[in-house]
Amino acid sequence: MELTGAEIVIRCLQEEQVEYVFGYPGGAVLFIYDELFKQDKVKHVLVRHEQAAVHAADGYSRSTEKVGVAIVTSGPGLTNAVTGIATAYMDSIPMVIISGQVPTYAIGEDAFQEVDAVGITRPCVKHNFLVKDPKDIAATIKKAFYLASTGRPGPVLVDIPKDVSNQKAHFEYPASVNIRSYHPPGNGDGGQIKRAAQMLLEAKRPMIYAGGGVVLSGASGQLTDLVRLLGFPVTNTLMGLGGYPATDRQSLGMPGMHGTYEANMAMHHCDVLLAVGARFDDRVIGNVEHFAQEQRKIIHIDIDPSSIAKRVKVDVPIVGDVKLVLDELLGVLRSSRQKPDAADLAAWWKQVDEWRAKGGGLRYRNSSEIIKPQFVIEKLYEITGGDAYITSDVGQHQMWTAQYYKFDKPRRWVNSGGLGTMGFGLPAAMGVQLAHPGETVACVTGEGSIQMNIQELSTCKQFRLPIKVVALNNRYLGMVRQWQEFFHGNRYSESYMDALPDFVKLAEAYGHVGMRIDNPSDVEPALKEAFARKNDLVFMDFRTDSTENVFPMVPGGKGLSEVILAEDL
Amino acid sequence: MRHIISLLMANEAGALSRVAGLFSARGYNIESLSVAPTEDTTMSRMTIVTSGSDAVIEQINKQLNKLVDVVAVMDLSEGEHLERELMLVKVRAQGDDREELKRMTDIFCGRVIEVSNSTYTIELTGEGAKLNNFLETIGRELILETVRTGASGIGSGERILKL
Repeated sequence: MELTGAEIVIRCLQEEQVEYVFGYPGGAVLFIYDELFKQDKVKHVLVRHEQAAVHAADGYSRSTEKVGVAIVTSGPGLTNAVTGIATAYMDSIPMVIISGQVPTYAIGEDAFQEVDAVGITRPCVKHNFLVKDPKDIAATIKKAFYLASTGRPGPVLVDIPKDVSNQKAHFEYPASVNIRSYHPPGNGDGGQIKRAAQMLLEAKRPMIYAGGGVVLSGASGQLTDLVRLLGFPVTNTLMGLGGYPATDRQSLGMPGMHGTYEANMAMHHCDVLLAVGARFDDRVIGNVEHFAQEQRKIIHIDIDPSSIAKRVKVDVPIVGDVKLVLDELLGVLRSSRQKPDAADLAAWWKQVDEWRAKGGGLRYRNSSEIIKPQFVIEKLYEITGGDAYITSDVGQHQMWTAQYYKFDKPRRWVNSGGLGTMGFGLPAAMGVQLAHPGETVACVTGEGSIQMNIQELSTCKQFRLPIKVVALNNRYLGMVRQWQEFFHGNRYSESYMDALPDFVKLAEAYGHVGMRIDNPSDVEPALKEAFARKNDLVFMDFRTDSTENVFPMVPGGKGLSEVILAEDL
Repeated sequence: MRHIISLLMANEAGALSRVAGLFSARGYNIESLSVAPTEDTTMSRMTIVTSGSDAVIEQINKQLNKLVDVVAVMDLSEGEHLERELMLVKVRAQGDDREELKRMTDIFCGRVIEVSNSTYTIELTGEGAKLNNFLETIGRELILETVRTGASGIGSGERILKL
């Protein structure tokens, strides 16, 4: 059947069972928006800035297992989307972004709202396409969804010139995809898995280090089984929180720059380290040379071969889907008569528990005078029963949330880990709330981050999204201020946020409920009141201690055992 | 260490820039890069000469394999291989130099492919070292222009990179 390019685009989205697209119309996508208008299967969420469209699609994807979809127009629509695309790329989030382009005959002539979309996004997408013929649209979109969601996931951009969306072509949605140069890994190598099993069984000081790959691959069940079967300690990275229940005794919390003392010491001093869907990035292991000073065997399971042996030497590399590899590893371990040595393991746990007691990594001095940000997160955890979907922006509040909100389930924690994008939290929460209409969704943010995408309060009103915004307002770009205090002689260069808006009035201006909380004794009642308002977006402006710092801290370039604890200062 | 990497990639618009962009974004060296279609018109062959530690070369191979347009990658330096480069050199050829340049070209198994009253254009193929050697031998003062293709490589014997 002959359809226009725009009709084909919408039909493809329907075929992919896309529930929501997040976007913003413009000249180059007018035909596509016209077709969106004529149907009601694919619902469109109109954001107020293209960056937010991509973050919302991203939040939707992270909290489900689905591909997030965004539509933006050419030129500035696309460039605004780039931050969102790069955010998703760094955290391996499956997304398809459809961008309008100037007509094919105008490409290269510096036409109005023309930008080389494929060129600009090339370093921050898994792949991208410029479609020059309407007959190629269906196959390209099919490929885009396939590439985005298989292997190591990531964003894929499809750039469609305006004339292509208006020309007719035969439409038939391909049933399958075959890209001869793309073969996502599945099972791991059996021999390597057996070697890994043996190494784990013979370990004296074993440690499991689990990253975002566990969440993305839907392998938290397998990870939990493995950790319990072996009786080993486990640490979940910022991206991997919820991959193993944080409230369980075997969980040592998060590793890295603001990780717990026990997690970092165990990572550093273990003799066998099993890395699962994690990439030894600089915020996790700090200084590579320092990390290499201790001898340990490393087993690394990852779907992306280029993540293995990128920063550290690996003894047993296993390329494959984390879930499938863990299934096979569990099978090998269960059928083995050998068990980990109980005495060795008990001695190791004794050491780990000593670190846990010493570090007491997550202690802070509460106050009855001034609101401590950690206290707000602890109360948020209590009041939501630890079961809310939590998004965050980037900075101190992000670290405190990662530390103090004990995620027991995967896909509940939605944050920009790799790129560290301020302004991510609120639009991501919109995507999460749309994906989970009846559930509690909170966005923990700061007065700096929230202003980077605060216009989305308007989108929240339009789509009646009852998100709870928990703003830890310390009047500073807190993480910048912290580094300036530690490493730049207390020179607080441009980290003070002067002339802040009245967030209560601002929330009200957008048609929401605003609350300002100044006293520690009001924290709990305010949260209770806010979360009881099931149908309202409530913006809570918590005036917190502006001098509070995030501890523990491994300073940039230092090693994991060179941590600063709160009491060291 | 110098490595010569051969790869097959889909003959798609922008494929070359994906490879070039990868090298610049990740800070890898490119000494030379040559690309042309193969007998299968949907595919191009690219030869990249690069250098780096073993760890860097391993990453280059993995990152190249990750590109969706890249069909197959082979590090030719890991085994026996042949390497050739084509060079065109225009030289000032006057007086006694004309005879001497012709003689040197013959010794290096090159050919003079164009002659004018005052110049020769010489074609020479071989490994990079041979081409360098030729340039040194004739001397910089006579060289007007050099154009080199960069290395092309192929595995020896049954060492084949094909789909």
